[in-house]
Amino acid sequence: MQNDQLTLASARGPSGPRSQRSLPSWVSTTALLMPTYGWLTIAVFLPLLTMFAFSFLSATPMGKAPIVFTFKQYRAFIDQPYLVGIGITSLLIGFWTTLFCAILGFLAAVALVRSTFGKTREMLLILILLPFWTNGLVRVFSWTMVLRENGFLDSLLHMVAPEAGSIGFLYTRYAIVVGLVHGYLPYMILTCYIALSTIDDAIIAAAASLGARWWTILFKILLPLAAPGLISGAVLTFIPVIGSFMEPRILGGRVGVTMGTVIEDQFTQAFNWPLGASLSFTLLAVVLAIFATFSGVLRRGTAL
Amino acid sequence: MTSLGRFYLIAILVFLYTPILVMMAMGFNASLLYELPFSFSTQWYEALWSNTVLLKAGFNSIVIATITAVLATALGTMASVALSRRTFRGKSLLQLMLLPPIAIPWLITGTAMLIFFYWSGIGRGMHALLIGHVALAIPYVVLVVGTGFKTIRADLEEAAMSLGSTPVHAFFSVTLPLLYPSILGAALFAFAVSLDQFVISYFLATPGYTTLPVQIYSSIRKGFTPEINAISTVLLLGSMTVILIFARFAKPGDTSDKR
Repeated sequence: MQNDQLTLASARGPSGPRSQRSLPSWVSTTALLMPTYGWLTIAVFLPLLTMFAFSFLSATPMGKAPIVFTFKQYRAFIDQPYLVGIGITSLLIGFWTTLFCAILGFLAAVALVRSTFGKTREMLLILILLPFWTNGLVRVFSWTMVLRENGFLDSLLHMVAPEAGSIGFLYTRYAIVVGLVHGYLPYMILTCYIALSTIDDAIIAAAASLGARWWTILFKILLPLAAPGLISGAVLTFIPVIGSFMEPRILGGRVGVTMGTVIEDQFTQAFNWPLGASLSFTLLAVVLAIFATFSGVLRRGTAL
Repeated sequence: MTSLGRFYLIAILVFLYTPILVMMAMGFNASLLYELPFSFSTQWYEALWSNTVLLKAGFNSIVIATITAVLATALGTMASVALSRRTFRGKSLLQLMLLPPIAIPWLITGTAMLIFFYWSGIGRGMHALLIGHVALAIPYVVLVVGTGFKTIRADLEEAAMSLGSTPVHAFFSVTLPLLYPSILGAALFAFAVSLDQFVISYFLATPGYTTLPVQIYSSIRKGFTPEINAISTVLLLGSMTVILIFARFAKPGDTSDKR
């Protein structure tokens, strides 16, 4: 007992233990929290602050050139009008990806809740979620083999119709959307599934006994009641998608220029870190605005 | 309805697994250009065996993931004890501060780390990768261990203390053994998060010290060979195994009482 108190006291630092039976609880609470929040400060919060400061520099402070504070990086969308088009492309890719994920994912969650039971449902859920927890890069890469000319999709087609041309659409925006839907669909299914599984079966049974058809049940009961899950799934899909860069690079080729790839280029090719930082912060502002808009829904979603 | 639903679920599974299975199959195809007809060959796995660059990157990935799992689990569990068992001012703010590593796109976090690590002299390389990976894994650990705490009754610990145990002793002899499955699950989860992390690693790796996903990305951009399919298959099967083991320890969505 004596030893334990000494160990605790030594964690408190050089101020030493007072002759008490136990230390005030805030000391141990602080000691428990300090390592985690210290680590997050160095790895996440200070970097974000530094990036914010960098976004006001006139150039990357690496060479001998004089560096001044400026707002010009934030005028990028005015000074370089082609960025507006890229921004719209990114938003459109985000929109279509989220829409497809929402439709496919919501219906899959409905099918899971309404048509499967017990062990089958458990197994299907694990099978659906498994790809989500594997390497996204590798999964995007695997789509190139399906979508390329004379790839898997073309081979399937040629088995049925040997004379048909190629339907491979690698290096198009459609390919990017397919890859991204593949990446985030499991997540959408999970959030919708959690929301749907809390709906009482009796409500649906009641509706059915009163003569409701399946589409009435789907649109008038399941959809409104599962809306929080659907919205949090959509938000948590849209946000990483507008920040993606390796999916557009690998599946889009030359047409795959998005905000993500522009930002990556500023850091790895152009060495214009301040511009990259200001674009990153513009993106972050969009992300925070989305979180703020849906914060109520998200809080309910994550409380589960 | 039931059969339609099941048919739809099977279609979703086909969509999710087709590219993965095609890639795995192509790793065993002799053709360099992924051409059909398929002719079985293990030559790409043999080539992989002598590709020291990929193997070294794979070794680095495993080392980083292991250290990340240990550090993130230790720190995250400590924080989780405080967040689950104590009441103090500013707790909800601290819980909110766990979200940025998960919720902000990795591109933003990664480039921010690159700038800060360069500017502060921390630099890039193995230590920088570790700082980044541990920070990403901590919130997941707090989440998984925190869920574990919800299944353990606080009064067990209080009972031990009222019988004369010190708080520290009570924690280590009562709470920790009950929490052990969650902690092990959290460690596996952190391992998988680190093993699969690409975006942040991409900005923090140096030419001399890369991880497997970063090396795969640069190989893809240089022009792919089926060797990449072989190593990708190994990586996918590896992380699937880790996640399946994780699912056994901390069943997702399991609300059964472990009293």
